[in-house]
Amino acid sequence: MTEFLQQIVNGLTLGSLYALIAVGYTVVYGIVQLINFAHGEVFMIGAFGALATWSVLFKGQTGLWVLPIMVIGAVIVSVVTAVVMERIAYRPLRNAPRLAPLITAIGISVFLQEAVRLFYPGAKSKLSFPEIDVVTGAALKIGGLNIQRAAVFTVGSLLLSAVLLWFFVNRTRMGQGMQAVSEDPDTAQLMGINVNRIIVIAFALGAALAAVGGVAQGLLNSNIDFRMGFLAGLKAFTAAVLGGIGNIQGAIVGGLTLGIAESMATQFIPGQFGGSAWKDVWAFVLLILVLVFRPQGLLGARVVDRA
Amino acid sequence: MSPMLEVKDLVVAYGKIKAVKGISFSVDEGEVVTLIGTNGAGKTTTLRTISGLLRAASGSIRFQGKRIDETPAHEIVTLGLAHSPEGRRIFPRLSVEQNLLLGAFSRRDHEVKKDLQAAYDLFPILGERRAQAAGTFSGGEQQMLAMGRAMMSRPKLLMLDEPSMGLSPLMMKTVMSTVTTLQEQGTTILLVEQNAQAALKRATKGYVLEVGRIVLSGTGSELLTSDDVRKAYLGED
Repeated sequence: MTEFLQQIVNGLTLGSLYALIAVGYTVVYGIVQLINFAHGEVFMIGAFGALATWSVLFKGQTGLWVLPIMVIGAVIVSVVTAVVMERIAYRPLRNAPRLAPLITAIGISVFLQEAVRLFYPGAKSKLSFPEIDVVTGAALKIGGLNIQRAAVFTVGSLLLSAVLLWFFVNRTRMGQGMQAVSEDPDTAQLMGINVNRIIVIAFALGAALAAVGGVAQGLLNSNIDFRMGFLAGLKAFTAAVLGGIGNIQGAIVGGLTLGIAESMATQFIPGQFGGSAWKDVWAFVLLILVLVFRPQGLLGARVVDRA
Repeated sequence: MSPMLEVKDLVVAYGKIKAVKGISFSVDEGEVVTLIGTNGAGKTTTLRTISGLLRAASGSIRFQGKRIDETPAHEIVTLGLAHSPEGRRIFPRLSVEQNLLLGAFSRRDHEVKKDLQAAYDLFPILGERRAQAAGTFSGGEQQMLAMGRAMMSRPKLLMLDEPSMGLSPLMMKTVMSTVTTLQEQGTTILLVEQNAQAALKRATKGYVLEVGRIVLSGTGSELLTSDDVRKAYLGED
């Protein structure tokens, strides 16, 4: 039983991380029907943004008070990256065939990885992420369960992000505009909604959450490297599809489901197919199963049901 | 006095194919002007170009004396020109109230609540179902919502594209009498219709479009009694 609960805890941690990234895939897809495969790199750049903020401003500090500033640094770097990317790489292709932005996304992805590898000091190998009081250090032991301190930060960030996101989408003018654009961009324009602005907001929103995920990843693993966005991005994309691409709640549910499924598979699948070596395989098996049996995802995708 | 809307030598093309081949017409304040014609005559294309969703290949569009043919669609609404599109195009998964409030997206004043109430007064059914997802509505109810939504921007000129399309005769009557109500309340209207009879009865002025050209124009009653119109559009011989 403890073993099972322990895997739930591990799964929720991993799943929260996936969910933080998956929201970015789904929000952008919901607005422009683009799979932004460079989004994993936006997450990676967020982690480097946090590290850079710490290295430049607070080197040697471990106080919890530096964490919010690192998060802000991460968010700024990721949001700027995503907004610039949208402006110079995707916007000119707005009316191009759908394959063009997809290939562009892969190009941007390689570009961003290489840019970090070449220009961030020491990034050719793994860089250690700062230890921060309270959120790193010895794991918490609660009733026989080991709970990493960074896990609390990760799950907490997801919860807070989900609440803020809900408020933004349902209670603000721009959030309503965003929903309108995702349902019908032409008609949204007739309402006076600037579609380009909404697209920029979607990219920025996804980038901000991915940046928080980047910080979480750094704290969880205590190191970061320029390749970390690739697999995390792919998993988060899987999570978004799992939940129903275009559906924000779906991205969160999909992320958590994927995280838990991965943890469970690692622990409970016996013999040579179990263990952490096979966890990525099981994650993608889950994706394939969902695509075959429920292609619209767990919560259903955005449907264009114009009457 | 210059007309409220003035379209001059407008040409609109999809790629190499010209859908609108140089049309000119105008709408004065307080009028109900109708564009009639068969499918593919270019009526919808004309409206979509006026509201900025399509770009003119040549010609000019002036609204209250100001050229708007280069203005982005989302800015045209703020000038006081609303467009209720063909096929109604309500936001199906949003509630009635959200749809109406989106109609007021371009406004920043504090009277939106008041206008919301006015929309519910005009169409009581919308008020009764304000929290319901708009996609669950019947065609006629969606049309009311689309018109209510367009009115939420407080337009000086309202463009209605085929408001009676696909509706029951009873619903058609309701929708067309709403057009009259809106006119009486001081809204200028540009109406595109296939139901030529109903449109011309209410119109101060009408234009007949045929494959991208205006072939006939006159007052509503002139066109109603014109032999050509009666034969081609009113199904009489």
